[in-house]
Amino acid sequence: MNDQRLLWAILVSLIAVVPILLSDKRPNLRESWTFIAAFLKFGIIITLLSDLLAGVTPELVLLEIAPGYALHLKADPAGMVFALLASTLWIVTSLYSIGYMRGGKYPHQTGFFASFAVCVSSAIGIAFSANPLTFFVFFEILTIATYPLVVHNRNGEAIDGGRKYLAYTLIAGQCLLVALIWSGVLVPGASFTPGGFLAGSGASETTLRIIFLLFMLGIGVKAGIMPLHGWLPAAMVAPTPVSALLHAVAVVKAGAFGCVRVVGFVFGPELLRSIGMDWVLASFAAATILGGSLRALGETNLKKRLAYSTVSQLSYIVLGAALGSPAALAGAIFHIAAHGFMKITLFFCAGSIYTRTHFTEIGQLAGIGRRMPMTMGAFTIGALGLAGTPLMAGFVSKWNIGLGAIHSGHEIFVAVLVISAFLNFAYFFPIVYTAFFEGEPSEFKFDEAGYALWLPPTLTALASLVIGIFPDWFWSFYTLAWTAAKSVTGL
Amino acid sequence: MSSFFEIANYWAVAALLLIGLHGMLARPNLMRKLMAMNIFQVAVIIFYLSLSEKTGASTPVVPHGVLNPSAADFVNPLPHALMLTAIVVGVATTGVALALLVSIYRRYGTLEEPELLEKMREEAAG
Amino acid sequence: MHIPSLGWWLPWLVLAPLGGAMVSPILAARSLKASRWFGALVLLGNFLLAVGLTPFAWNQGPLHYKFGGWAPPWGIEYVLDPVSAMMATLVAFFALIAYPGATLPREDQPQSNAASFQALYLLLSAGLIGIVLTGDLFNLYVFLEISSLSAYALVASGGDRGKVAAFRYLIIGSVAATFWVLGLGYLYALTGTLNMADMATRLPGVLGSRAAVAGLSFMVIGLLIKMALFPLHGWQPDAYSYAPAGAMPFISGVMAKVSAYALYRLLYDVFLKAGPAANALELLSWAAALSILAGSVLALGQRDVRRMLAYSSVAQIGYVILGMGIGNSFALTGAFLHIANHALMKGCAFAALGAFTARTGSSDVRALAGVAKIMPWTAAAFTIAALGIIGLPPMAGFFSKYYLLRGAVTAQAWPFVATFAISSLLSAIYFFRVIESLYLKEPEQTQQTHAVPGTLLMPAMVLAGLIIVFGVFNQRVIENFVPVIIAEEKS
Repeated sequence: MNDQRLLWAILVSLIAVVPILLSDKRPNLRESWTFIAAFLKFGIIITLLSDLLAGVTPELVLLEIAPGYALHLKADPAGMVFALLASTLWIVTSLYSIGYMRGGKYPHQTGFFASFAVCVSSAIGIAFSANPLTFFVFFEILTIATYPLVVHNRNGEAIDGGRKYLAYTLIAGQCLLVALIWSGVLVPGASFTPGGFLAGSGASETTLRIIFLLFMLGIGVKAGIMPLHGWLPAAMVAPTPVSALLHAVAVVKAGAFGCVRVVGFVFGPELLRSIGMDWVLASFAAATILGGSLRALGETNLKKRLAYSTVSQLSYIVLGAALGSPAALAGAIFHIAAHGFMKITLFFCAGSIYTRTHFTEIGQLAGIGRRMPMTMGAFTIGALGLAGTPLMAGFVSKWNIGLGAIHSGHEIFVAVLVISAFLNFAYFFPIVYTAFFEGEPSEFKFDEAGYALWLPPTLTALASLVIGIFPDWFWSFYTLAWTAAKSVTGL
Repeated sequence: MSSFFEIANYWAVAALLLIGLHGMLARPNLMRKLMAMNIFQVAVIIFYLSLSEKTGASTPVVPHGVLNPSAADFVNPLPHALMLTAIVVGVATTGVALALLVSIYRRYGTLEEPELLEKMREEAAG
Repeated sequence: MHIPSLGWWLPWLVLAPLGGAMVSPILAARSLKASRWFGALVLLGNFLLAVGLTPFAWNQGPLHYKFGGWAPPWGIEYVLDPVSAMMATLVAFFALIAYPGATLPREDQPQSNAASFQALYLLLSAGLIGIVLTGDLFNLYVFLEISSLSAYALVASGGDRGKVAAFRYLIIGSVAATFWVLGLGYLYALTGTLNMADMATRLPGVLGSRAAVAGLSFMVIGLLIKMALFPLHGWQPDAYSYAPAGAMPFISGVMAKVSAYALYRLLYDVFLKAGPAANALELLSWAAALSILAGSVLALGQRDVRRMLAYSSVAQIGYVILGMGIGNSFALTGAFLHIANHALMKGCAFAALGAFTARTGSSDVRALAGVAKIMPWTAAAFTIAALGIIGLPPMAGFFSKYYLLRGAVTAQAWPFVATFAISSLLSAIYFFRVIESLYLKEPEQTQQTHAVPGTLLMPAMVLAGLIIVFGVFNQRVIENFVPVIIAEEKS
């Protein structure tokens, strides 16, 4: 029952903060600590995964933090997907950060790596939280730990971005707190239960609707559901590894994952349908998918375009959760991982290009593919994947979500998925075309930044290819997603 | 309803309380504020003493030879004791206040609140 | 088993610092250092005594001490139940921890001032502990005045402007105390008793009378002035701004809380034991909610961080009173937990600010620019305190807010739920402005810096550590230190 590994999976990176801060003056030693912690964490989570696949769900009840609520951790399949994603990507992001931060000669690197470690800790905590209060504690720690990263550049723009970020996330946090306390008053001491714990609470439909809206206000900000997405593009002022963290690993995924938790484990798809909120949430998600894509089309700044692409892609997860049929949920949970690998590739590429050339606008990228073939190759794979090309990771999730839409009788959302795929091509293809086929036709010349900048995106692009073809490879994402979806829907 | 004169001391208490409050709020001179505060405290003292009064009762000392004294024959001594304490507290407060006023006057040369604020503002600016 | 002889220790909690206050100046005439050590030892002994008596008050029922052997209601009694045990420990702890910094010899001060300062400090703690222990309403007035008089003098020792602030504080404070005595006169006339427990048994017959309502109103207003609830807070920002920085953790930490405790005694141990007073509680709740919002808004407008913290206290004492006003078990427990937690947080914030001010010579938010670079530990302590006051996990402040919110949701008091949430956001705004200045702004090159003695830094570090400990282990704190008050749940 009490599996201490869960605690260590969270603590490893938190403890690493101390040696990181103490090695301020010795960057190589400092980065060694990050790597040691990252590999340890990854190892612990892999052992947890093998237990989970063997049919044991590791669980740990620590001290009580409020009447009826313990600090309760549990590695269930849905949480495991998020934890695997975060711990895997922390390793590549660390490598990439070293190249990027040193290449760009950024100041305050110690604070950067320390905050990063705290963020990853809280992401794992969110993944493994077994009850709403534990979830909230880690959710808010993540909010605060991300703030120093957003304001990393210390200039006026960064401070404004930080303020906007805090305004959105702290307001959301209060909504979430009220929602979880309210649900706790209805069903005291409830843990996340597959299929939801509010179903038998006897509360009126109106009460449940208000609670659901509060939950969604709380979660939806981090998940970037329109119109709560405003902080995301503003937070783009941060250095690229931070954007990668925000958009692929920790923050937005915490929101999307929280959405799955609330829909699947607090309310349950059935209760959601009976109070009529599934349709509302799905509509918001669909609007965000299309709206985000359209906004992405209009952006000429590479990072901003990627930011709006994130807004759009995250709502696939929200949509899948809202539809609530097994395939849709499985697709949504799988997309947490798939989008993580693909989007981090794109951000890595944008950062590499910036470090090498200081280009930020899409128009400047003419011919860049002939100078930086690894980077732009990885970018192409990531972009094709996000658009949902078959044999890519994005296709697996979209296929399932589309299937789920048909199963749940909301066929219209299949149309949304198709339109969105076209829009994805429309905003990614020009970048790829510009990079490879425009500009002075010159000879091929390998002009990449250091290996720390082109290796990570290549690896993540390869990973997204592999899990597109073998969705269960190594991490067993597909099995985990389906196991979680089946437990929620009682299939 | 008791007649006005039967409860005249309570009316006096009310009047003194209001005078005290008015003085503390409206008077610009710090010394007057302090005096108003004393009036305010005295009102409460009178209030307590009035509470202990009984018609036809005497001082709460049992005379020699009285075997079964009745409480109705004596005024209530407790409020007097309480007010002795309150007076001591009031004296202490007044003492501290006067000490403050002396040093404020030495420093700023005035006890008029507007002038005082003006001087403090000038010093902060300069 | 009840051991009556333990009650013999109760008066020593007051007598030790009271006697110490008289002996200290005599010692100081020979050696200031000796008297400083003597005062520290007295306060240490007092703290240990309070800690030592607490388990007995919890396990064996309240301890009593009858003065002069006179049984109540004729004599004055001291009572140590779990609530007063918590308050006494809290007061003794803060007196102890702030003492070394508060009595630090200052160059601009003659020795005789330092000596009387030490004595006044001891007198203040004697008065506050007296308020906590006494079971007699008039005796409470006497201690209220003892503590207030020493506080006036302490504020006055903070320079010329401090004297003007102290005079104002004195006038308003005396009015407050006189209100208390005036109201008590009504109750005495109605019941013929001054003992709290005795009055509770005699009140039921006269509870509805106009005299009882008037008496209660006067007494409550008196206390609200003493604890600086909006709009009766006028004296507080000035007093907090000019009091010597070293004494601020003590003054800001516990003085207002002790008045809040007196209000709890008056409402719950006297009036609510005698009969229902829902109207009074509701009125009080609205006043508290107003104070929370107004205090927060006023804090927004302050450039001087000391004044900002003072207005923040106006808001935070509102939390405590609102908890008492809502009055179910969760809210009351939250109120007392918040008394302890806010004492830690505000004490820590003032201690850290005192250290900053000692360094830079100003408490203006602009003067704190970049201070985190030169004082990283103190800045971290301030940040922890700020996050706690905002109410973010895992800091202590989050958990008291959790209780209060849970109480408000249970009582379905939605306006108050909103008040708590909005106040958190407002405090986030004013605290993050300071945090931005500390960490993100460049320090002014011209400013002079002075070394800061360790005695000023120590309270900030200890309190910051306790904020986290009290947060993570809040259930342990509640089981052993903060009493859970079982109130009748409102339906």
